[in-house]
Amino acid sequence: MSNETVSAPLAIYRFVVTPGQAAPDARSAGYLADAHALGFTEVTGICCEDIYFVEGAFLPADLAQLANRLLADPLAQRISWSAVDVEADRRAHAELIDVALRPGVTDPVAEQIVRAAPEIGVKGVKRACTAQRFYVQGNPLPPEILDLLAKRLLANPIIQRYELGIIDPIFPQEAGASGKVEVLPVRQMNDAQLLQLSADRRAALDLTEMRAIQAYFRAEDRDMTDIELETIAQTWSEHCVHKTFKAQVTIQNPQDAAAAHWKAQAQANNLLKTYLKAATDQINAPWVLSAFVDNAGILAFGADSEVSFKVETHNHPSAIEPFGGANTGVGGVIRDVIGVSAKPIAATDVLCFGPQDLPLEDLPAGVLHPRRIQSGVVAGVQDYGNKIGIPTVSGAVLYDPGFTANPLVFCGCVGIAPRGKHGRDPKPGDRVIVLGGRTGRDGLRGATFSSMTMDAQTGEVAGASVQIGAPITEKGLIDVIVRARDAGLYRAVTDCGAGGLSSAVGEMASGLGATIDLQDVRLKYPGLAPWEIWLSEAQERMVLAVPVHSIHGLRQLCEIYDVEFTDIGVFEATGRLVVCYGKAVTLDLANHFLHEGIPQRHLQAQLPHYDLNAYAPAIHESAETILLKLLAHPNIASKAAIIRIYDHEVQGGTLIKPLTGTKNDGPSDGVVIKPIGEPGMDALILSTGINPEYGKRNPYRMAFAMIDEAVRNAVATGADPAQIAILDNFCWGDPLKPENMGSLIECTRGCYDAATLYGTPFISGKDSFNNEYLSKDGQRQSIPPTLLISAMGIVSSLKGLVTMDLKQPGSAVYLIGKHQPKLAGSHLALVCNQSTSSADIPEPVPAAPQLYAALHAAMQSGWVRACHDLSEGGLAVTAAEMCIAGRLGMEIHLPAAGNADALTCLFGETNACLLVEVAEENKAAFEAQLGAFGCALLGNVTAEPNLTIWEQSETMFTLPVEQLVNAWQRTEAK
Amino acid sequence: MKPTALILQATGTNRDLDVAEALEQAGAATQLAHINQMRAKTFHWQEYQLLVLAGGFSYADSLGAGKLLALDLQSYFADEVQAFVAAGKPVVGICNGFQALVKAGILPGRDSGVGATLTFNTRGQFECRWVTLQPVSTHCVWTNTLAEPIYCPVAHGEGNFITASDTDYRTLCAQDQVALIYAAESGQAAGGQYPINPNGSVGDIAGICNPQGNVLGLMPHPENHIYAHQHPRWTRGESAGSGLALFRNGVAYAASSQL
Repeated sequence: MSNETVSAPLAIYRFVVTPGQAAPDARSAGYLADAHALGFTEVTGICCEDIYFVEGAFLPADLAQLANRLLADPLAQRISWSAVDVEADRRAHAELIDVALRPGVTDPVAEQIVRAAPEIGVKGVKRACTAQRFYVQGNPLPPEILDLLAKRLLANPIIQRYELGIIDPIFPQEAGASGKVEVLPVRQMNDAQLLQLSADRRAALDLTEMRAIQAYFRAEDRDMTDIELETIAQTWSEHCVHKTFKAQVTIQNPQDAAAAHWKAQAQANNLLKTYLKAATDQINAPWVLSAFVDNAGILAFGADSEVSFKVETHNHPSAIEPFGGANTGVGGVIRDVIGVSAKPIAATDVLCFGPQDLPLEDLPAGVLHPRRIQSGVVAGVQDYGNKIGIPTVSGAVLYDPGFTANPLVFCGCVGIAPRGKHGRDPKPGDRVIVLGGRTGRDGLRGATFSSMTMDAQTGEVAGASVQIGAPITEKGLIDVIVRARDAGLYRAVTDCGAGGLSSAVGEMASGLGATIDLQDVRLKYPGLAPWEIWLSEAQERMVLAVPVHSIHGLRQLCEIYDVEFTDIGVFEATGRLVVCYGKAVTLDLANHFLHEGIPQRHLQAQLPHYDLNAYAPAIHESAETILLKLLAHPNIASKAAIIRIYDHEVQGGTLIKPLTGTKNDGPSDGVVIKPIGEPGMDALILSTGINPEYGKRNPYRMAFAMIDEAVRNAVATGADPAQIAILDNFCWGDPLKPENMGSLIECTRGCYDAATLYGTPFISGKDSFNNEYLSKDGQRQSIPPTLLISAMGIVSSLKGLVTMDLKQPGSAVYLIGKHQPKLAGSHLALVCNQSTSSADIPEPVPAAPQLYAALHAAMQSGWVRACHDLSEGGLAVTAAEMCIAGRLGMEIHLPAAGNADALTCLFGETNACLLVEVAEENKAAFEAQLGAFGCALLGNVTAEPNLTIWEQSETMFTLPVEQLVNAWQRTEAK
Repeated sequence: MKPTALILQATGTNRDLDVAEALEQAGAATQLAHINQMRAKTFHWQEYQLLVLAGGFSYADSLGAGKLLALDLQSYFADEVQAFVAAGKPVVGICNGFQALVKAGILPGRDSGVGATLTFNTRGQFECRWVTLQPVSTHCVWTNTLAEPIYCPVAHGEGNFITASDTDYRTLCAQDQVALIYAAESGQAAGGQYPINPNGSVGDIAGICNPQGNVLGLMPHPENHIYAHQHPRWTRGESAGSGLALFRNGVAYAASSQL
């Protein structure tokens, strides 16, 4: 214990913690493996240490206390410490790379050091920060190699700084409060000046929008403040208002249209309303409680509950800071679900990356290597989901060179709540309450940043747009808001996402009005200008409308769960949003202008030309070689290495898990969640459909195929096809390019046609545009048009739920559905290096809904032992995966598929087909049920673990299941 | 009367509701209580018959998993916890709760003479997978009457149990403090083989108890296998290894020792 009567001098101490076990520890070994994978073959060893800087007035005994009781585990680690001596530290240390967080970047460990030190009797801690040290061995290792290693692997300049040698601590600079507001003379500007202003403030507003703003301020008879421009830019951003999806689109080439649809009308007005919401309205499902209105779509669940589902993208942030980008992407979508007053019960993640083996010389300037992006993104998803205690259960990982500079990170979250308890109506007089984390300069202009094209400088200029999450803080928000909801303590709630308080308060006050005082907002550090406070995208904050009489109750809840509570203003029936800084009014905007004043965009579309010639490549490889290659293709191979580092069991509701079968390692079609604590046996089924190969070729058919795939995956697991809702996520290039708008409107038209055919309402959606990269030579690279469909089905009992692993030797194996295999866009074409521009990808199948209803009835009758859909790699991969999961064999005959040759039949891809295992005694009943839709008996399950394919009377090949397992698990060894 | 379990929550605890469900299924009443509520004396230690430290990431695992929760226990509740343990009441710490019990010195227990800690998995990463737990101790009140191995998931990155020395490990075994070990489905010890032993723990140790046998700490999550449908292969008709038995033992012990 420190003796308070003796005073010690204020100083900064550096504590260095070293792994105590025999070198190398696993973390260091991981860095070394990554260095080698990135081509640093001259590096022979890396040893990683943790550094803690602690500032305070300490006696020697205090330092020993901090070291041994707080910072290190004496049994597993070694620790040393000394006062920081800046002069001595300047000495070069050739073998050392120190990496520290930039000041102002969230550092939760440092916060805990300050909080916990008094518990061990050390009272003098003023502040702390953390760093990492890497001892790098190799021969020879010149400084330029070390510098490259630091840049490419050990540090990300977006959030970190590094030294080749000993690093000194930097704390956020102390600064006085700042009420500085800049006045922008918008009334006098000409068009060029208006555009310049938009560019200077990175507002991403076009001339029409800037002119609308100018007209408003001319009518108000005053100039605009910086905080007003920033607020309008955020509120009118693509991220917040979906202006591309709401645009008026003129079709330049209706005469070229493949579909009669566009020949009849050369215009599309408001894609969101015309194609997505229209499908939901037409289906008019009584179990949809909220679609496109709230932060998440909501369905009825059980007798008295509701479930909500939202999927977001966090692509741009993940490109420049993979860990932080994905981390806050997960945190953000969880807040969307908290924002409909629900308790989050499951998370999903779908990831698209560049090739992991991309040669360094092919890497565009300013772009992180896909391998580093993947490991950072996966770690970011893991960190948030695991720590907050939400199972990450469903997802996909895909690779394409088109995602090298623009990875896609789709984060989803499902929540549950008592039905009808979510408040949406603030009343005049209600207080505006902010709960959760403090506000810093984090993530300024994230909403507009997400609407911009990436270039080699984006990382530097938009650095502040990426943050690190604090999942434990968000866990506190769940604990408080769920209880506050049950106690009726608030009238409305929403999350702080892109645009920060400006969006959250602006949205909540849009029907009413509000007055806010920014001086009341709690800051991480002083010195923020009013616009920075108002726009900051600091994570883990929620805004609530709280009646005055409930303030005390809410404050008490917050105290129990260590959640900060701040009253920043009041809702008023003024129709205006007013933001003050103390006595000064810094923003005063009419709701009507802010929320309705954005001019509709006019965009041009060039419809894609579909080359629908059948594609029949000359393939010279044998069927078994192709099958093994397909199983090892990164899109198809086992994702166990990723799935297992996510906690998919927490909350105890994961009944059908992402990995299934006799060794818990087969790929499930869908996952089933039965929320713990809910009465009854109701469960929900989650599945996805995504395939950029199709988007490159035929966006209309892609939409059909992805909705079919998501629905089929859910039905294969046991979902009732009459109760499946879907979510759309569009990731596209620049919508100002007519060909991008052309593929987009074709895709949305497909969405409408497919959703209405399947009876699957859209309940929520999101778009991400400008996924383009401007390389140094001025070439624009755009991602393949990518549509993610996420499905959620609801069942009232667990009866009829099925996994895809083969169960029993002797069972019959049926191929159900009309098998129309195609090779255009197939993975066979990928593994055989056969490229084609043919748009003849799998066609829509009008009878699919009836097939799924009949299959569901058969599953309910207990006739289906296993069921797996045909997707990437076609029939052969489906059969192989069922064998792998069940560690049983299968002997099947190739079905007749029109004129298709054997390879097309085996590996061609198709919609609306599944492979089904049926017990001998149920064959007749099954055939009677499915016969009308295509129900071919292909063969049976065998105890002998071989996959054998017969073509008429000849054996095409026999492969041992262990060989299939080894091919498919190539990634698991990592 | 039903015994009541006090389920302690810290900031970042997240399997509190999972274990509450398990205890209620095992016949106990439960009370969730945040550390702040215990400090404010909203709830009183002596009114409870079982103490549970649930899984999660208390304080985000900053500075080592369970470390800061252990400091809370030592700083604010050392006497209360000591009294609870000394009274012979059943205590269980699961995953993060186990880490906290070890780092607070409650396990293996100061009177055991054994130095031990939980550190990073030998593979250096968090892993979620199902494991088989073979009961060993003959006097741990939670595990000594288990009729079959438990099958349940692990979900941790810092579950590698190590002792200060080989002697400490031998002492731990000699004092019958090894409660559960990772084993093949046949029941045979993993012998350090991954992934049967998922984290590299010495002697395949998954869980230990104090010398008295009333305090159990374990890394795996029996609370996530209390219903038949949670078994990964229930669609194949498999059902063995429910974790509910462990909680029934603890609750039954609490009920009988009230007499």
